[in-house]
Amino acid sequence: MIDFSYTIWILLIPLFMFVVVGLFGNRFKPIVSGIAGTSGLFVMWVLSLVTAYKYFFVLEKAADGSFQKLLAVNIRWLNLTDKLHIDMGVLLDPISIMMLIVITTVSFMVHLYSIGYMDGEKGFMRFFATLSLFSFSMLGLVVATNIFQMYIFWELVGVSSYLLIGFYYTKDSAVSASKKAFIVTRFADLGFLIGILMLSFSAGTFDFLSLTDIHGPAMSSGSGVMFLGLSTMTWSMIFIFMGGAGKSAMFPLHIWLPDAMEGPTPVSALIHAATMVVAGVYLVARLFPIYALKAPVALDVVMYVGAFSSIFAAVIACTQFDIKRVLAYSTMSQIGMMMFALGVSGYGGHEGLGYMASMFHLFTHAFFKALLFLAAGAIIHAVHSNVMNDMGGLRKHLPITHATFLIACLAIAGIPPLAGFFSKDEILAAGHEKSLMLYWVEMIVSGLTAFYMFRLYYSIFWGKDQHYHHTPHEASWTMTVPLMFLAVGALLAGLIPFSMFVSSDRMPFMSHIELGIAIPAVLVGLFGIILATIFYRKETTIPDQVFNALGGFSRAAYRKFYIDEVYLFITKKIIFNYVSRPIAWFDRHVVDGAMNGVAYVTNETSERMKRFQSGQLQQYALVLVSGVVLLTLLFTYLWTN
Amino acid sequence: MFEGVPLQWFLITGTIMFFVGIYGFLVRKNLITILMSTELILNSVNINFVAFNKILYPTHLEGMFFAVFIIAVAAAEASVAIAIIINIYRRLINIDVEKMNEMKY
Repeated sequence: MIDFSYTIWILLIPLFMFVVVGLFGNRFKPIVSGIAGTSGLFVMWVLSLVTAYKYFFVLEKAADGSFQKLLAVNIRWLNLTDKLHIDMGVLLDPISIMMLIVITTVSFMVHLYSIGYMDGEKGFMRFFATLSLFSFSMLGLVVATNIFQMYIFWELVGVSSYLLIGFYYTKDSAVSASKKAFIVTRFADLGFLIGILMLSFSAGTFDFLSLTDIHGPAMSSGSGVMFLGLSTMTWSMIFIFMGGAGKSAMFPLHIWLPDAMEGPTPVSALIHAATMVVAGVYLVARLFPIYALKAPVALDVVMYVGAFSSIFAAVIACTQFDIKRVLAYSTMSQIGMMMFALGVSGYGGHEGLGYMASMFHLFTHAFFKALLFLAAGAIIHAVHSNVMNDMGGLRKHLPITHATFLIACLAIAGIPPLAGFFSKDEILAAGHEKSLMLYWVEMIVSGLTAFYMFRLYYSIFWGKDQHYHHTPHEASWTMTVPLMFLAVGALLAGLIPFSMFVSSDRMPFMSHIELGIAIPAVLVGLFGIILATIFYRKETTIPDQVFNALGGFSRAAYRKFYIDEVYLFITKKIIFNYVSRPIAWFDRHVVDGAMNGVAYVTNETSERMKRFQSGQLQQYALVLVSGVVLLTLLFTYLWTN
Repeated sequence: MFEGVPLQWFLITGTIMFFVGIYGFLVRKNLITILMSTELILNSVNINFVAFNKILYPTHLEGMFFAVFIIAVAAAEASVAIAIIINIYRRLINIDVEKMNEMKY
């Protein structure tokens, strides 16, 4: 048996960094906090890699050949009663270790990159402190031993995301974007909390080990009571998915993600592409046995929401001009595919192909999407604009960024042998087994993905030079090294035999590339790339013609299908007028009125009573004597009777 | 000297003195007179002590001693009170109790 208790340090280092940099960062030069944060992340990265090696290759497997679920650390943190207690700890199983690697790798790269990117910004130290807080909370989320610990860290990542989106707090748009992100995800978390309470009420435990045990209490409870034709367990899993959908920007709770791009670009790469937004996928994967065995209807909800979000976001991504927004919608689309893959998956063995595919795509996506964002950051750093109309011909000026961006584009488009090809192929294979219609939907999504990524690529790196303020040049090594590192990840991550490590029942199995699916998928991807080449390789009028030919549809897509407007209508016109205003009136007139009334009565009474304090000695004496006389009479009366 | 005088007479005298004192305390405006009224009240109590002691417990002396104590305390109190009155007079050129209403709301 190997002792894994040192993994607690992976959590404690960033917490320590957050406190130290946050409190004392101002005492030193800004660069010190950057170096401190980066070296802390490096230690965590090494620890995670060591843990992964020991877990997968050294630790002996369980009796049935599956990977064990280990409680490396478990502390009883909040002891309410004997049965009701909230623990904190570290749970190690294949997916949490996979997430440890993803988070520490991307976070380390982003820290290193930020030293260059944020150089000279006001609040450099605040940036690194919050980044450490984020790393701490995200790692706490993935290693959570029980659903309540997950919920606590879930909220913490929400807070750190809020702080980082609103990093430029003097900019109105950043402030409103951070508030929007916080409120929307918070609203979704309400569903999560309801789901947690329903689930743990019927199962009688918060603990993931017993919740996901296929012979455990969760599997034998909660099916009695029905509501609208669905069991308690199904409802609770749907509510929990609502929380996951909010964090992972699934339709219709996706509206915060594009606006979250107001934050600094490294933050977008870390939080809004690679780690935090996949927390919803991770949540569903964590509770997957319950979804698959106990609440198949909830799993269907996951499947449909995921599939719809992926195509919805892919269509919008084709019409946007802000490069970070294109990437944001692309992220939403890819996460939709992960959700879809979970939704089509079954439990155990080859049935669980979708589960494995989803985790695999999460893993590879983290590399190439973080790379895309960091490359976009390098471009923005060089050009000082987010809009692709201001860019063009940058391949000569930014050779490293160009090469890495191209690798990432090919990876996300699913061209073999890059990372995205393998994971997307597994997703499509899993989808093909479950539903042919959704399989074709996902096929269209991968075509659209290739199209909009190469639209982006050509608009940025090809075409004519624009009038730049100064000639764009490659940034310092701290920014290019992470790009190259992640490019290697995007090249090679797909070659990992993922199904040997991660599967729905933690039992290794072999998966193969099915040519019947891989070939059409690659062809669709190539078709998208060729289409983008025709449209955007040189400046032509074809895109405008197509845009106009599609008429209302393309305008609606450009306006993001008016979802923001619908939200504004519901909140401003309906909720504010018919709910908030009456409540505000009640508060102002009834609640405040009662308080003011009490104060008024007290004031008036004392105003009257103070006349007794006349200052006249003899008046006091008279009152005293009368009192004594009265008391004497009273006691005499009582005594004699 | 007071052989054969019943207890009630002493008590009636004490009560009359007590209420005369109270009355004076409540209605007179001159501080010196008010001080004198308090002396009347104290002395009415003294009469009660002495009378009870003399008639009910002729062999004891506690009542007598109490009376002596009260006289001593009253003397001390009177000196303090007069000192205060003199100070008030210096400040206000007046010792009318109704003029002294500074300490109010």
